[in-house]
Amino acid sequence: MLILVPVKRVIDPYAKVRPLADGSGIDTTGVKFEINPFDEIALEEAVRQKEKNPSVEVVAVSIGASECEEQLRKALAIGADRAILIETTNTYDSPMVAEELRHLIEELQPSVVLMGKQATDDDNNQAGQMLAAKLDWPQATFASKVDLGSSAKVTRETDSGEETLELPFPCLITTDLRLNEPRYIALPGIIKARSKPLDRRPPKVTSTPKTRRVRVESPPPRAAGIKVGSVDELVAALKDRGVLA
Amino acid sequence: MKLLHVAFGASDADSGGGLASALGMEFDVLEIGSDAPPADSLAKAIAQRAQGYSHVSAVSSMQSKDVMARVAGILEAAMVTDVIQVDSATVFKRPIVAGTMVETVETLVNPVVLTFRPAGFKGRASAGSSTAIVSVAPEKATRISVSARGGSRPDLTQAKVVVSGGRPLKDAATFESVIGGLADALGGAAGATRAAVDSGIAANELQVGQTGKIVAPDLYIAAGISGSTQHMAGIKDSKVIVAINKDPDAPIFEFADFGLVADLFEAIPVLKSKI
Repeated sequence: MLILVPVKRVIDPYAKVRPLADGSGIDTTGVKFEINPFDEIALEEAVRQKEKNPSVEVVAVSIGASECEEQLRKALAIGADRAILIETTNTYDSPMVAEELRHLIEELQPSVVLMGKQATDDDNNQAGQMLAAKLDWPQATFASKVDLGSSAKVTRETDSGEETLELPFPCLITTDLRLNEPRYIALPGIIKARSKPLDRRPPKVTSTPKTRRVRVESPPPRAAGIKVGSVDELVAALKDRGVLA
Repeated sequence: MKLLHVAFGASDADSGGGLASALGMEFDVLEIGSDAPPADSLAKAIAQRAQGYSHVSAVSSMQSKDVMARVAGILEAAMVTDVIQVDSATVFKRPIVAGTMVETVETLVNPVVLTFRPAGFKGRASAGSSTAIVSVAPEKATRISVSARGGSRPDLTQAKVVVSGGRPLKDAATFESVIGGLADALGGAAGATRAAVDSGIAANELQVGQTGKIVAPDLYIAAGISGSTQHMAGIKDSKVIVAINKDPDAPIFEFADFGLVADLFEAIPVLKSKI
């Protein structure tokens, strides 16, 4: 069984970032890059499945510039068997990511695509579902438990609780926070993973972006608040603002 | 140019009018029942009904994100997630990077699929037609069990008042009595931080923040919450934010309209007794 895990290189989700002065994008000067945390959860899950079932092969793929090798090396250190870098400096929107991945999936024929529900830079939450649509595969988004047997049983988070879906293979699963806690990988592990295969190839996508970033700016700040000295003062202030009867 | 608003719940239907006004378009509503099939089948049915519309929208929720991005995939549509402002029928504003920045996005093709946060859209246009989903393709995924939250509290994303707690609430029973108790006294919903959810103090679906629920109540009370960027991303559209925290240097005091430096276990019972 082959599990394909797409990983995105994103700015460190815990770094403080600002818009570029000309508003054309995000200022990444001096900011570290990481695997998108939700993709790291997907990788961890794929590797755990492999540890339970040695016939599982885990392939990590990233779309982007040469620097994405750093994240793919980490994916190999976490336990992916091999990695593919679709090397491009073009800007992809989610439909293009889905198309690019579809080309690769037609070649690799994975049983499962396991990926993050959203990237923490764009917060789009689109690529997985768009890919599942293009493949006409069943999907389970926001997974909190994955059980792969003769079919995939996926418990997923919903607005009001959770539900469990049974999906025939091939299927697409996107991960939520509580699926697992990714293992810690020390630097020697990353260096050791240098001997694992990493295949670079050109993009195959033919479509053009359907959306365009016009501007990035800081949100208007909330007006500064005040400290109140007691619960009575708080109640009076809330009544005054009309939010407490 | 015409909008199809996909309503995943009764209160979502009204929100369509707000977005339609902002877009300057007429709109129809497509109602999705609570017995809707999994996304593969539902998305096909919605995509079929969306023929002839320039825009297809839904209020941001886990269910709408699951389904609408798949609809966009089927329709080869441009998609914009979590719209907070409409500049024109093709230009939208939305938060990125946990709400620390606002991105202006232009859509380059039709149709356009949007999920949006209703707080910023107050128009009251009425729908041309309102129909329920009927035609359903065979399901590829099968729903084998559902466990829904019990209780009578309003939905977090729709509530006028939200009371949230963090890790200082210690355990599930304390959370329920202190946070749940104040929420009930105010007729509101209970919410929690990721830390509280991860440590088993509160249920998953109560998580408020970048990767949880986005809320925009009239009154948000944060008790024992320090105010991480990820949490603030989920609450900053609230009309009034109150912070109760015993650490006077907690970052949340920079955002709160009213801050009370106090032990929540002392302050909340007093607050409850006064409402």
